[in-house]
Amino acid sequence: MADRHIDEISGVETTGHEWDGIRELNNPMPRWWVYSFYATIIWAIGYAIAYPSWPMLTEATKGMLGYSSRSEVSLELAKAKAAQAGNAERIASSTLDDIIADPQLQQFAVSAGASAFKVNCAQCHGSGAAGAKGFPNLNDDDWVWGGKPDEIYQTIAHGVRHAADGETRVSEMPSFAEMLDPEQMKQTAAYVVSLTGTPSDPALVEPGKQLFADNCASCHGADAKGSREMGAPDLADAIWLKGEGEQAIINQMKAPKHGVMPAWLPRIGDTTVKQLAVFVYSLGGGE
Amino acid sequence: MKYTFEMIVLGVGAFLALVGAGFAQDRLFGAHMWVLFFVLLGGTVVLLRRIDFRAAVAGAAPPQSEYFDEVVKYGVIATVFWGIVGFLVGVIVALQLAFPDLNIEPWFNFGRTRPLHTSAVIFAFGGNALIATSFYVVQRTSRARLFGGNLGWFVFWGYQLFIVMAATGYLLGITQSREYAEPEWYVDLLLTIVWVAYLVAFLGTILVRKEPHIYVANWFYLAFIVTIAMLHIVNNLAVPVSFLGSKSYSAFSGVQDALTQWWYGHNAVGFFLTAGFLAMMYYFIPKQVNRPVYSYRLSIIHFWALIFMYIWAGPHHLHYTALPDWAQTLGMVFSVMLWMPSWGGMINGLMTLSGAWDKVRTDPIVRMMIMAVAFYGMATFEGPMMSIKTVNSLSHYTDWTIGHVHSGALGWNGLITFGAIYYLVPKLWNRERLYSVRMVNWHFWLATLGIVVYAAVMWVAGIQQGLMWREYDDQGFLVYSFAESVAAMFPYYVLRAVGGGLFLAGALLMAFNVTMTILGRVRDEAPILGATPVPQPAE
Repeated sequence: MADRHIDEISGVETTGHEWDGIRELNNPMPRWWVYSFYATIIWAIGYAIAYPSWPMLTEATKGMLGYSSRSEVSLELAKAKAAQAGNAERIASSTLDDIIADPQLQQFAVSAGASAFKVNCAQCHGSGAAGAKGFPNLNDDDWVWGGKPDEIYQTIAHGVRHAADGETRVSEMPSFAEMLDPEQMKQTAAYVVSLTGTPSDPALVEPGKQLFADNCASCHGADAKGSREMGAPDLADAIWLKGEGEQAIINQMKAPKHGVMPAWLPRIGDTTVKQLAVFVYSLGGGE
Repeated sequence: MKYTFEMIVLGVGAFLALVGAGFAQDRLFGAHMWVLFFVLLGGTVVLLRRIDFRAAVAGAAPPQSEYFDEVVKYGVIATVFWGIVGFLVGVIVALQLAFPDLNIEPWFNFGRTRPLHTSAVIFAFGGNALIATSFYVVQRTSRARLFGGNLGWFVFWGYQLFIVMAATGYLLGITQSREYAEPEWYVDLLLTIVWVAYLVAFLGTILVRKEPHIYVANWFYLAFIVTIAMLHIVNNLAVPVSFLGSKSYSAFSGVQDALTQWWYGHNAVGFFLTAGFLAMMYYFIPKQVNRPVYSYRLSIIHFWALIFMYIWAGPHHLHYTALPDWAQTLGMVFSVMLWMPSWGGMINGLMTLSGAWDKVRTDPIVRMMIMAVAFYGMATFEGPMMSIKTVNSLSHYTDWTIGHVHSGALGWNGLITFGAIYYLVPKLWNRERLYSVRMVNWHFWLATLGIVVYAAVMWVAGIQQGLMWREYDDQGFLVYSFAESVAAMFPYYVLRAVGGGLFLAGALLMAFNVTMTILGRVRDEAPILGATPVPQPAE
């Protein structure tokens, strides 16, 4: 090169070009860089030989290992199924009582139910099944429709107020807006609240007791402990589905709200409903 | 009279926008055309007020001998402005994820603010930085004035119009649902015209250069401009429902559409955020440290290897999907082979400091540039690693990906751009030095701390997410619901917003520093320890 130029500081020759004061040293490429680059290329060629890679006219090369992501996933599914040792099939053919009596099957059903719960039920009942306003807590022993395994199964399978299902659970509290005046509703609410030991005005509670016996006891019972047959919640246990306090009770009397739970049997099948029933039964409140 | 042609074009454009608004086939297109109308009308009014009749009388031609730096000045200001906008929206988006109540329907919910953020930082901040620096660098390294006269202005203002149309479109709800290519067909057409003008201005300058050789930075800029043109056109091939409507349908369907999108998406990273910013590195690091580029041979080899391999790596965004296995394999092996070509740029950037390493201690601008290259190196190692299918099966769809992108975008693209801005502003406005060098140091630490917090938090978040999604109990059932993995992200999302806030704070400091420098102020401050050392010859 005609205009040889050596960088003073490094003592390395430059390429002799200069742009706006910038020169370029003529250093060789770092050897470790070159060899690492070669190594990745060799690895890439090896990998492309082992796995499906090069598209040909009609289909791609299949690779020496015969790998395909579809066969990989079906293998994994088969393996997972085998690891469950036919438990799902046994659940399908067993009654709920038999499942609960068999510790190994019970444990499997609880795991499966918990998993299904998180996909299908947690949206309303919460990840921990603690419920929310309008959505029952499934951990306690307060059951609107019954806490025996078969009763839980029935509720999950056919839902609540799910019109499309003939066997769905149905109850409907009427509106008392026409039957009771605001003062009477206040008295009734005060009485209901007093049942749980919550302090309330005795002047309201006394007439409220009579109003309750006349209007509410037919469904919720004379002792206000509710009725499973009627789907009438227990009002004496301080567990409030539609909100706590006298105002919430008055609201429910005026314009009752009725939750709907879909029928799950057609969606997720008998086995999963059984597993869910066993799981919910295991939560602590099962009867 | 100056700007006659420009005024006519703007006026006609405004009229057409008005017609478009009047005859719009859908409400959104009408609203968008009203936006366009007012923007173009405003532009016309500004130009009318600038009429200089003396110039017409004297017939004086603008000086042609000097470099065309006025547009670069505008570009630098636009870069700082859009940077602040983009970072701010980023922090807002991060907070929206942590606190869903901040989603304000319909214009400011996450679905619309998210593309606003990504486009603002990539295309508005990054794009303006690339256009401004490429115009600056190509003129100096070619010793030629920018080709095409006022074409540079058209590129600048056309690009800003594209940004405004894209951003307002997102907020209105106009999108073609392609990641990083959300603008609809008519905004795409606008960008295509602007981009071709950009190519003409850049390539024209290289063709009329007075240097015998083309500098390495210009190879990278050219690769970026040409490839982005190709990617943009192919990925946006679509059929509009109506020429007066905002909706269009892609020319591709199914998995071909997905692959086209990620071929585009990955190479937007490769050529916009890597090649273009490597060009910045190749000019501004040698200039700021006043040392030669480390290795010419390395620059050639890693340039060609990089641009050859990047273009194949897109399928790694579609591992374990309907994409055929062979395409997944190729996407993965090309990504792994891309590791060393990427690192070639890092080596050349870092080793350019040989003989001047003390400047990392004494010059916060150099420190910023070197940290940028360091983040580049980390991100280009992490990328190939994440493209390996086994790693990807854990990392895919998690916040790890978000962390990876941000260590690259904030660390590499952000810091190298800040360094270039700090280099450019005193030169462009003829100032002796920046208003405050110590503020640059503060900016460096705020930004670096912000990135480290952001990236580290997203690693933890992403890996936790991935592990929760694949956690089975001893009976073979999934342990966590998706909602539980979302709830578990809350502390990380809050910390992420903190990291982003630090980065934004640094950028605000830069905006202040740049503004004061432009105004000609100099802060009375003690110099950074041991400033301006003299390079010593080798022994």
